[in-house]
Amino acid sequence: MHEHTAAELLQLQKQGQASAEEITTAFLQHIRQRDPQIHAFLAVDEAGALEQARKVDSKRKHGEALGALAGIPIAVKDVLASAGQRTTCGSKILAHFVPPYDAHVVARLKLADAVLLGKTNLDEFAMGSSTENSAYQITCNPWDRERIPGGSSGGSAAAVAAGMTPLALGTDTGGSVRQPAALCGVVGLKPSYGRVSRYGLIAYGSSLDQVGPFARDVNGAALLLETIAGHDPRDSTSVFRSVPPYTQSIEQPLKPLTIGVPTEFFAEGLDAEVEEAVRSALKVYQDLGARLIDVSLPHSRFAVAAYYLVATAEASSNLARYDGVHFGHRAAEFDGLIDMVSKTRGEGFGKEVKRRIMLGTYALSSGYIDAYYLKALKVRRLIKNDFDKAFAGCDTIMGPTAPTPAFRIGEKADDPLAMYLSDIYTISGNLAGLCGISVPCGFTKSGLPIGLQIQAAPFEEEKLLRVARMHEQATHWHQARPK
Amino acid sequence: MTRDEVSWIAHLARLELSDAELTEMTRQLSAIVDYVNQLQEVNTDGVEPLAHPLDVHNVFRADELTPSLSADAALANAPKRKDDFYAVPAVLE
Repeated sequence: MHEHTAAELLQLQKQGQASAEEITTAFLQHIRQRDPQIHAFLAVDEAGALEQARKVDSKRKHGEALGALAGIPIAVKDVLASAGQRTTCGSKILAHFVPPYDAHVVARLKLADAVLLGKTNLDEFAMGSSTENSAYQITCNPWDRERIPGGSSGGSAAAVAAGMTPLALGTDTGGSVRQPAALCGVVGLKPSYGRVSRYGLIAYGSSLDQVGPFARDVNGAALLLETIAGHDPRDSTSVFRSVPPYTQSIEQPLKPLTIGVPTEFFAEGLDAEVEEAVRSALKVYQDLGARLIDVSLPHSRFAVAAYYLVATAEASSNLARYDGVHFGHRAAEFDGLIDMVSKTRGEGFGKEVKRRIMLGTYALSSGYIDAYYLKALKVRRLIKNDFDKAFAGCDTIMGPTAPTPAFRIGEKADDPLAMYLSDIYTISGNLAGLCGISVPCGFTKSGLPIGLQIQAAPFEEEKLLRVARMHEQATHWHQARPK
Repeated sequence: MTRDEVSWIAHLARLELSDAELTEMTRQLSAIVDYVNQLQEVNTDGVEPLAHPLDVHNVFRADELTPSLSADAALANAPKRKDDFYAVPAVLE
C-alpha cells in the first residue's frame, strides 16, 4: 500500500479497493516501522489521522462531495502552524508552542479532505541545508542513513522517499524544497513567489519564503499545488491570479520546447557524477525534440552572497518576535526586561539561527546598511534581469538542483560557508521569484539520488509541470525506492 | 570583524552570547563577511534595489468588524500572564 502514488491511492478508493482508513492504517504502520531509523517526524497524530480517514469513508459511503485529496495521507513541515497541535519550527524557543490557528495551506488540506499524518523535522526556523540544525533530532537520508537528507525540509523529503507518506509539504526560501527532493530522490516544487499564501508559515525571509509540495511523481506535486495555490486575503503578497488545473494539462508535452542551459551552472564545484546525470536528462529532452540553447546568467555567481544578506536581514527582523513575552520560551532568571529578552534568545536559539540573526543585524546596522543590505538588493535586481533576459529566449532553464549528492552527517556542520554553497543553484530562483522543480534524474555509482532542476518564469507552473512530466514519462528514475 | 563589533551586534540583536560563542561567532562571521564582500565587485551604478520579487502595492480591505481570538486563546502561549495581559518585568522605575 505504501508504495502507491497519490493518484493511485485516489483511484483505489474510487474503485472500492481500499478505504481511507485502510490506507491511513498502512502508512501509520509503515511510519512506526521505518521512522525509528529515519527520524523524519517530530510528531505523528495517529488518532487524528484515523478519525479523519473514517470521516472520509463515511462521506464517501453517504455519497457526499469529496475534496481533491480525499483520504490521501500527507505530512507537514513543522514550520506551518497547525491549530491545537504543537508547532516547534525545530527550535527550543517554540518547544511548547501550540498555535491557535491553521496555516492557510493546512486549512486548504483539511478542506480537500486530506489525512494529516503529522509534523516533519527541519532545520531550526528553516535555516539550513541538511536538517542537522533541528533542536530535536537528526533526520537520515533513506538511501544511506549515514548521510543527510538535505534541508531545510529534510523531514518531509525523507518521509516521502521512505514511503511513510505519499505527499508532504515543505517550504523553500533558498532551495529548501528542491535541494532535499534532489538528495532524497523525490519530486519537490517551489512555486513562484506569491502563488501560495504564507499565512501561518512561520516567517524566515518574507520576500523569499514559499510553501511547496513533495511527491513521488510530478502528478502528485501538481495535485498538491492545485490544492494549496490561490489568493488569500490574509497574505497581501499572495496574487490575484486564477489557478490553472495543473493535473489536467500535465500529460500534454510542451512542443516546441526550448531549454536554456546556463553555462554558469556547469562550472567548478559541480560533482562529475551529478553533471553526467543532468547531461543525460538534457539528452532525454533532445530526443523528445527539444532544442537546447546556451543561456548566460552572469550575476548568478553572486547569488549566494546576495541571499545571505537579504535573507538574514529579513530573518533578524522576523525573529525579533521571540522575546519571551508573547509566546515561547522565557529565561528563568534575569535582571530587568532587556536582560530577560537577551537571555531568552541566547538560551532558545541554536547556533545557525544565532549566526543568521547576527549577520542580518550587521547588514542592517548603521554604517553598513548601504554596503551590505542595499548592495545585495541591487545585485538581486541584476540577478532577476539575467533571468528575464534568458526567459525571453527559452521556455525553461535546466541544470543540476544541487552541486553534490547527499553528504555525510557532520561533514559540513562546522563550516557554515560550505553548507551555504549547497544551495548555489536554487537560491537565485528565490531572489527572482521564479518557480522551480527538482525531479529524479539518476543515481551515483554508490546509489545516491541526483536531481534535475527545471525553472520557469514567475507563474509558469503549468508549463513547468508539463515539461517535468515529459522527462518522467521517458525515464524510470522516479520509480526507484530505497531498501 | 572584531570581537568588540560582534559583541555590539549581539547587543543590538538582544542575543546573549557566552565567551566561547563570541569567539566562534567572530571567526565564522568574519569568514562569511569576507565571502559576501565579493558583492563589492559588482557595478551597481544606477541599479534600483529590488526588495521584493513582485511589484507589491498596499492592499486595503473594508473596515468591518469580524470575530477575533479571545483573550484566553491569545494568551494561551504566554510565558506569563496577569489577568488579560502579558506580564513582563517592570520597565519604568
